Amino acid sequence: MTWEKLKEVLDNVSKRFGDSVSAVMEEGKIAKLVVEAGKLVEVAEHLRDLGFDHVKAVTGIDLVKLRKGGGNLIEVSYQLGSYTVEELRDSVLNLSVKVDRDNPQSPSLYKVWPSVEYHEREVYEMLGVKFQGHPDLRRLLLPEYWMDIPPLRKDYKVPGRD
Amino acid sequence: MVVEETRKIDVYDVGGPELRFSYGPQHPGTGHFRMIVTLRGDTIVDVEPDPGFVHRGEEKMAEYKGWITNIPHLERPVILDSTGITLPYCLAVEKLMGVEPPERAKYLRTIIAELDRIGSHLYWFGLYGVFLGHTTMFLWCFSDREYLVDLAQLISGARITHAYIVPGGVRNDAPKKVPRGLVREFKHYYKAMMGREPDEGELSEDFGKYVKAVCDFMEARLQQYWDMFFDSEIFIERTRGIGVLRKEDAVRLGAVGTTLRASGIKADTRIDDPYDAYPYLKFEIPVRTEGDCYARAMVGFEEIRQSLNIIRQAVEQMPEGPVKNKQHPIVLKVPPGEAVARAEAARGEMLYYIVSDGGPRPYRVKISPPSFRLLPVLKHLARGIRVADLPPVYWSLNYWPVEADR
Repeated sequence: MTWEKLKEVLDNVSKRFGDSVSAVMEEGKIAKLVVEAGKLVEVAEHLRDLGFDHVKAVTGIDLVKLRKGGGNLIEVSYQLGSYTVEELRDSVLNLSVKVDRDNPQSPSLYKVWPSVEYHEREVYEMLGVKFQGHPDLRRLLLPEYWMDIPPLRKDYKVPGRD
Repeated sequence: MVVEETRKIDVYDVGGPELRFSYGPQHPGTGHFRMIVTLRGDTIVDVEPDPGFVHRGEEKMAEYKGWITNIPHLERPVILDSTGITLPYCLAVEKLMGVEPPERAKYLRTIIAELDRIGSHLYWFGLYGVFLGHTTMFLWCFSDREYLVDLAQLISGARITHAYIVPGGVRNDAPKKVPRGLVREFKHYYKAMMGREPDEGELSEDFGKYVKAVCDFMEARLQQYWDMFFDSEIFIERTRGIGVLRKEDAVRLGAVGTTLRASGIKADTRIDDPYDAYPYLKFEIPVRTEGDCYARAMVGFEEIRQSLNIIRQAVEQMPEGPVKNKQHPIVLKVPPGEAVARAEAARGEMLYYIVSDGGPRPYRVKISPPSFRLLPVLKHLARGIRVADLPPVYWSLNYWPVEADR
């Protein structure tokens, strides 16, 4: 990955959106923009205009048991990539938003990137995050008779394990 | 009466001239998967993919296993391309640990990854063939694949699901010699398929020479595949101009792998974000611009040739030396942090997002498999085609339900 290019993007976004975003960059590991939920769509649109044209994955992380930097939060992280802009092909940018764990709600980015459709559905199912504005927010992978809490939450008890 | 009742469940009237029915979830050669198809006459109005029949909870399971013991279960979703799914995991863990594998291990990883890619593509074409009514392709692909799988076994110890790659290297070195029985068997098969004995000196018990002989044989067979299947009416009639994915749609829907490259985008993680021994090797990325079912198969077909090239080069250039860093065999110390890593699996880009909190187990392992990213593409392509074209469209995507469901 060319980290200089990613750094440029992070600087660009930080400059434009000021305090509502914070950039995390650990060279060789991860480049991440943590955004306030209210600004998510705006930042996403800006990143799309910079050339990030598709979403590779949407990762939901329950932070409640994380020893360092945890809290009563769920982090929703979009892994962005680019096919059309040659210089960005080698980079993955994480656009992340932290939502309240007791009432997790976040705006859907379906209108910005249609490729998030199934990824967001999966996060909804596995962590219970409600994506506002998603056209078809239904369960996806789990069996229809699933009655427990979303299984990727840290307080979910795996039968026979805990 | 029983028939009547079954029909009531499977096919139902949705009002107007349309009919909605369930396509699946039987096992059509790839794993259980259902499409809910809405049909008007012979034309598909809408397809709603319904994955999840083979969901195993791999991501949750990964939070309960150690960094190394995660590897054998993570490769279950894609048993044919197990390197494709474990390699990015190991790359991500290596990033977190801040280590690099030894040079020789990088080459061995590349060889086994390409062997798996060819094996997976042959499986794809075998089943693609049989579903289009071409049984010979199925038999040919499967019998040829056998010798590549044997090669993988020689290196890793297992035919499929090798669990060969570990963070910090590979499990063991490749052998210097090939068992005499295997060489004899291959010679016999060579004669049966090619109608002649392999050239003197071409085939021997030396590992490098044997690998080269198998690759040369496979390349010669590709020409026969072309004559028999890819250039045949059965295949062309059912795939050319069917299920066209335009370049803009491929980008918009986030397509991956052969599907993306058949729509005119030259994107491949091996080139874009190179890892292991790929920066040292010369190979082409096959690209087509038509975006139809035929082009998608052609890209895969050409990829086999390139993979053979890579294996031949890697075996020749592979340096001597250790194959694994000095580390504890089971317990790894992974510092807290998060890392994203990706690799080009047989079906496309496989991405991992791993969070560590410094404990003996990962805090979170997110897998983004290529098949899952093809779901919107499948939905898009199926709209407006005839119901008889659904199998070619489905098979051309090389969608693997088990991989998508994890």
